[in-house]
Amino acid sequence: MIEFNHIRKSFGEKVVLDDVSHIMETGKCNLIIGQSGSGKTVMQKCLVGLFEPDEGEIIYDGVSFTDMGIEQRKELRQQIGMLFQGSALFDSMTVEQNIMFPIDMFTNKPFAEKLKRVNEVLERVNLVGINKKFPAELSGGMKKRVGIARAIVLNPKFLFCDEPNSGLDPQTSMVIDKLILDITREFNMTTVINTHDMNSVMEIGENILYLYKGKKEWTGNKKDIIFSKNERLNGFIFASEFLQDAKDMRMLEAKGKIDDNRDMDELLNGDKLV
Amino acid sequence: MLFFNHFGRYLIMLKGMFTRPENMRMYWKELMHQCVEIGIGSLGIVIIISIFMGAVSAVQTSYQLVSPLIPSTTIAQIVRDTVILEFAPTVVCIVLAGVIGSKIASELGNMRVSEQIDALEIMGINTKSYLIMPKIIACLITIPLLVILSMVLGIWGGRLAGTATGIISPDTYDMGLLMNFVPYNVFFALIKAYTFAFIISTIPSYYGYYVKGGALEIGRSSTKSVVISCIMILFADYVLAALLLDKAG
Repeated sequence: MIEFNHIRKSFGEKVVLDDVSHIMETGKCNLIIGQSGSGKTVMQKCLVGLFEPDEGEIIYDGVSFTDMGIEQRKELRQQIGMLFQGSALFDSMTVEQNIMFPIDMFTNKPFAEKLKRVNEVLERVNLVGINKKFPAELSGGMKKRVGIARAIVLNPKFLFCDEPNSGLDPQTSMVIDKLILDITREFNMTTVINTHDMNSVMEIGENILYLYKGKKEWTGNKKDIIFSKNERLNGFIFASEFLQDAKDMRMLEAKGKIDDNRDMDELLNGDKLV
Repeated sequence: MLFFNHFGRYLIMLKGMFTRPENMRMYWKELMHQCVEIGIGSLGIVIIISIFMGAVSAVQTSYQLVSPLIPSTTIAQIVRDTVILEFAPTVVCIVLAGVIGSKIASELGNMRVSEQIDALEIMGINTKSYLIMPKIIACLITIPLLVILSMVLGIWGGRLAGTATGIISPDTYDMGLLMNFVPYNVFFALIKAYTFAFIISTIPSYYGYYVKGGALEIGRSSTKSVVISCIMILFADYVLAALLLDKAG
């Protein structure tokens, strides 16, 4: 579990995060959502220690991250895996070397054992037989999956994903989302995902924090979103008319007002929608 | 004010490198990799410019020594001393500032922009120590060796050009090389080589490590690092000459 209280972060005069508090739960996909520039990435970078918050406290499993020294943080970071927006794979290394790098750095295992672990995680992300390829030879979705494999190779307790679906087609995005969700449940990790992808929110949003101009605007889960009356949240999530209609239909469905046999056109065109 | 800001961050970067390595074996591997990249990677250009520097130096010295009272052995002496004192350490290091400096700055800059440095930080690795320290040590090992090689090749290039053009016979040239040789000059050249190696490795590392933006900024910081390195090499060259050659005299 990751808890953060009253986080404030500014760059010069610009306040990027203002008094944000929330709890990221273990075994769940915790989403930080918001428009571009709302402070999602800064929030996540504060959580992993790439930025120091001006005020507030971050607590990992009951231990204050804010008060930790450099060595303690280094130890904690070995329990953190992160998937970056651009995957951040090391260009000069093969897929195998990329994934093996954290094992090489923090363990003294024999090569055969390291290779076995690399193959295990590659299999877990459905990428068998690409050990010797370089990142430049991979597609966007494959890079993301290699990034996930590298992030989980040391069995971390915390997984951070920054815009895991950026630049991917909807189908590949779904594969990545499902993979993250499965891995989170399988290893009982605390997963924190930054996204502004509507599909992700509705697919894996088990605990959602919505930031608006650096402030906590709304929290809930994917079911709560459907019934939320928060205008800013609705404006952000259901930005298009199509999505707004879809939301209305889900609401009616949930209230038992839609008969499955009725014509879809009638529903979409009729004035029966709320 | 901007100068002090940069200088302060530069010192903080250097201070940040000194922590206990996470895994000595991985640091050693990286050091060896950098030695090959920097040392072997620069070998070709050093060989070419050294031979031509010596050759041109011999031909031009002969052109300027028109008096029959000056013995031909002087050509060899002048080639030897200019190559050892200035050409090998300074000119070669200015060229290396371009070759190695731009490589270091763009490599680190690209790693910064593509979040590879952040990825290493998240893993709990001291990136200043893992990425910058091996580059500095590799430069301190390989650049003085390249400078020594450059001295030998420069002097040999002078002999080659001198004999090929009929300016001086090989025996006279060899005799001239041994006349009034001051071993301190080699020591002085090596001090310069170590100083320049430190400049060539640390300044581009600073500009690459702290780059912000995208591909354009990587290019800019790479160019800036080479320009500043060259200026600092020339400045250090003057300071070292003023301090050490004066005392030697």
